[in-house]
Amino acid sequence: MATREEITSGLAEILEEVAGVNPDDVAEEKSFTDDLDVDSLSMVEVVVAAEEKFGVKIPDNEVQNLKTVGDAVSYIEANH
Amino acid sequence: MTAAGSRIVAMGHYQPSRVVTNDDLASTIDTNDEWIKDRVGIAERRIAGAESVADMATYAAEKALAGSGLAAADIDMVVVATCTSIDRCPNVATRVAARLGIAAPAAFDLNTACSGFSYGIGTADHAIRAGAARNAIVIGAEKLSDVTDWTDRKTAVLFGDAAGAAVLTAVAEGEEPGVGPVLWGSAPDKGDVLKIEGWQPYIQQEGQIVFRWATTALAPFAREACEKAGVDVSELAAFVPHQANSRIIDGIVKRLGLGPHVVVPKDLVVSGNTSAASIPLALSKLVERREVPSGAPVLLFGFGGGLTYAGQVVRCP
Repeated sequence: MATREEITSGLAEILEEVAGVNPDDVAEEKSFTDDLDVDSLSMVEVVVAAEEKFGVKIPDNEVQNLKTVGDAVSYIEANH
Repeated sequence: MTAAGSRIVAMGHYQPSRVVTNDDLASTIDTNDEWIKDRVGIAERRIAGAESVADMATYAAEKALAGSGLAAADIDMVVVATCTSIDRCPNVATRVAARLGIAAPAAFDLNTACSGFSYGIGTADHAIRAGAARNAIVIGAEKLSDVTDWTDRKTAVLFGDAAGAAVLTAVAEGEEPGVGPVLWGSAPDKGDVLKIEGWQPYIQQEGQIVFRWATTALAPFAREACEKAGVDVSELAAFVPHQANSRIIDGIVKRLGLGPHVVVPKDLVVSGNTSAASIPLALSKLVERREVPSGAPVLLFGFGGGLTYAGQVVRCP
C-alpha cells in the first residue's frame, strides 16, 4: 500500500511529464485546473497515466470529481 | 468478374474559399487563438457558402476522376460517406453521379460519421473483389457548418467543410492489391458521447471521453490494420488519421511508436475537423505535393461518432 505522500509524489511525476508542472508546486490542496494550469485534455492524460502507475481504474464519470490533487490521492488510496 | 483486389488510382479534394480564422471566431464567441491552438491545434477552417454537400462531393470526385484516366462511363459504383447531408433523398451519391454523367452506377451514402471514408474504401474494395463493381468512386463530404451551433464555444471552434474523393479500380491479374483488408468496428455503448441529433440538429460531444477513447483504444486497432495487410508498422511511409485534434494524433502516433520518417499530416491546422472528408482531403494533398512516393504503404485510420472506427493500409496512388 502506498502512503498519501507516495501517491502525491507519483502524481507529481506524472504531472511533470504530461503537463510540464513543476513537482514543487504539487500539493494536496492544489486544484488541477486553477492552480496547476492542467487543461481538460491533459487531465485525461494524467488520469490514464495514473491508472497505469497505481493499478487503479478511474472511470470516465469519476474524472470530473477529481478537482484537487487531494481528491485524486484519496480516490487512488481507496481504490488501488 | 471477381478480382484479387483493388487499388486507389487517383485522389481529388475540394474546400470552400471562405477562410474563418480563430480570431474571426473570437469576435463573436468567448474564445481565443491560443486556447484553440493549444487544445485542438486548429488555426483556421474553410466554411461553405452556398455549396451543398453534393456540390462539394461533386467537385472532389470530378478532380479524382480527371486524374484517374478513366471516363465517367467506366464508373459503376459511387459511395459517399457523410453524416451532414440534410437532404435525405435522393442520396448524395446519385446527385454526384448525375452531375458527372455516370449513367447507371450502384450509388449509396454511408454514415459512420468521421470514420466513413475508411468504411467506404472497405465497402468498395469488397464489391470489387466480389465482382459487383470494377471502378468505384469513394467520397467523404461534409458540411459541418450546417450542424454547428455557432454560439457554442465548445464545438464552434472545431469543425470545417470539405470533400475528398478516391477512384478505386480492380487490379489486373497477377497485380498486387493496393487496398489492404479493412479493420472496422464500433463501441456502441459510447453512442451518446458524440451526437448530431434533434431538429435543428447540432453537434455535441463530451470531449474528455472522446479524447480518452481516441488516445487509448485506437492504437491497437491501427496496429491490427497493419497486421492484416502484412505490413509492419515500421514499414509505413505515412499515417493519415482522421484530423480531429492534434493531441489525439500525437497520442496515437506515440502509442504506435512511429518514427520521425513517417509522414503524418496535420491538415486540421488549416482545415479544422471535416469528419468523413478529413482523411481523403489530407491524403489528396499528400499526393498532390508528392510527399509520399507512389506505391508506398500508407495507413488510413478513421474514428468518430457511434463511436465507430475503421482503417486500412493502402498503396499511395
